[in-house]
Amino acid sequence: MQNNLIVSSSPHIASHDATPKIMWSVFFALLLSGAAGVFIFGMRALMVILVSIASCVATEYLIQKLRRKKITISDGSAALTGLLLAYNLSSTVPLWMPLVGGFFAIAICKQAFGGLGRNIFNPALAARAFLLASWPKHMTDFARPFTLDAISSATPLACFKLGKVSGMDELGLSYWDMFLGKRGGCLGEVCIVALLIAAVYLLWKKYIWWQTPLGFILTVGGLSWVFGQQGFLKGDFLFSILSGGLILGAFFMATDYVTSPLTKQGQLVFGVGCGLITFVIRRFGGYPEGVSYSILIMNAVVPLIDRYVRPRVYGVK
Amino acid sequence: MKTLIKEFTKGITIENPTFGLILGLCPTLAVSTSLINALGMGVAATFVLVGSNTIISLVRRLIPGRIRLPAFIVIIATFVTICELAMKAYLPALDSALGIFVPLIVVNCIILARAEAFASKNKVLPSILDGLGMGVGFTIGLSVIALIREILGAGSIAGIKILPGFEPVAMMILAPGALLTLGLLIGLTNLLRNLRGKPNLSRKGGCC
Repeated sequence: MQNNLIVSSSPHIASHDATPKIMWSVFFALLLSGAAGVFIFGMRALMVILVSIASCVATEYLIQKLRRKKITISDGSAALTGLLLAYNLSSTVPLWMPLVGGFFAIAICKQAFGGLGRNIFNPALAARAFLLASWPKHMTDFARPFTLDAISSATPLACFKLGKVSGMDELGLSYWDMFLGKRGGCLGEVCIVALLIAAVYLLWKKYIWWQTPLGFILTVGGLSWVFGQQGFLKGDFLFSILSGGLILGAFFMATDYVTSPLTKQGQLVFGVGCGLITFVIRRFGGYPEGVSYSILIMNAVVPLIDRYVRPRVYGVK
Repeated sequence: MKTLIKEFTKGITIENPTFGLILGLCPTLAVSTSLINALGMGVAATFVLVGSNTIISLVRRLIPGRIRLPAFIVIIATFVTICELAMKAYLPALDSALGIFVPLIVVNCIILARAEAFASKNKVLPSILDGLGMGVGFTIGLSVIALIREILGAGSIAGIKILPGFEPVAMMILAPGALLTLGLLIGLTNLLRNLRGKPNLSRKGGCC
């Protein structure tokens, strides 16, 4: 009798083709932004993307082979991790960095926890944090857009942080430039328009939900506007959204199924929390950008959110 | 004789403080940034372990059970003070590298655990061998972690640069590197035991 009762974690309804289909859809939707990155930063960006994906897929294959588990590299999750990791790197990094980062993402952050569905932290972001802590010089060296030789340039957020500029005009950038991606930055985060097209597609297909991204983006934008650098209610709402990796992080990394809360309300809490931490890091922290750290910190809080934000029990008022 | 040898070897193998008992993690994580620090810490802890085990075993019948823990701490603290003053006098560089973690040997779980679990119940010779074995096991555990962290994090062994042209993984000598290395090594020891059909070492949780 006891064996008839199975207590398990959600999801309870299993559909076999769901994971590969969703993973590959996100992967292909994101390729547009990668193409924009290659167009802006040159073939070097393509090399970084290819090495990162190859490293992730090869590591996944090797470890599953060693653990004598079913090889699941065709489900696209490792490839997606590789793609997202590359999008978080500058196009000028030496090519061994995506190689090491991809290995770290899959071997340490994913397979050491038991594989897909069991990792606490988003593997691509954890690998980015690892690379940034280990080789900060390479990670904060960005290429100038549309120049073939690598002239390093600071990201708009870094310029603000260092107090070099006080407004958009001094930066020589318009909102339109930033929307299209004509700025220094990580290779997959700069072209906002490509990311938004992919986001709309995924929202339309219902592969991601609006709660996390909207909560995240509005919190960062709102707080940056209210507590602006020049004074109360004088912040730059659009700049805070268009700069850094906010759009990439909010739509594609904070919404990772494994490392985000189960309920819609929980996802909203998660998004707002990410936004709050991002704003605090950007404004008061030592780093110019805080999107990746904020998502990682909130990843750690997910079990707590899932514990307090619960759906109404079926059949109970 | 056989049991005496076993009292010595168990601290190195099956009851290794670092990988088996998961005890004494604060110094393990904090000072394993270089091989020299790890060896210094290991030798200091071994000295205190052997000394406190000896004295506690000698006076074990004189200490009333209800105040045994304060009594143990006073004996341990005596040896830590000897060790700290000797280190300050003869190895000032090592002393400044280890910093607060030398006086903190007083509260190292391994030492109190061996006093409580072994020395207060056994004769002098087994207690000395137990302390020595635990100390050597702790030193080995610490040195393995330090070796990995120093090679990856600084590209050197005991301060001597190997691997020219290697860009060190700075994270490995920061706190996350210590936790990652320790976790993976505990996993590895358990894996090796599983492959040989034996139960995991670290079934019980440890402390600082």
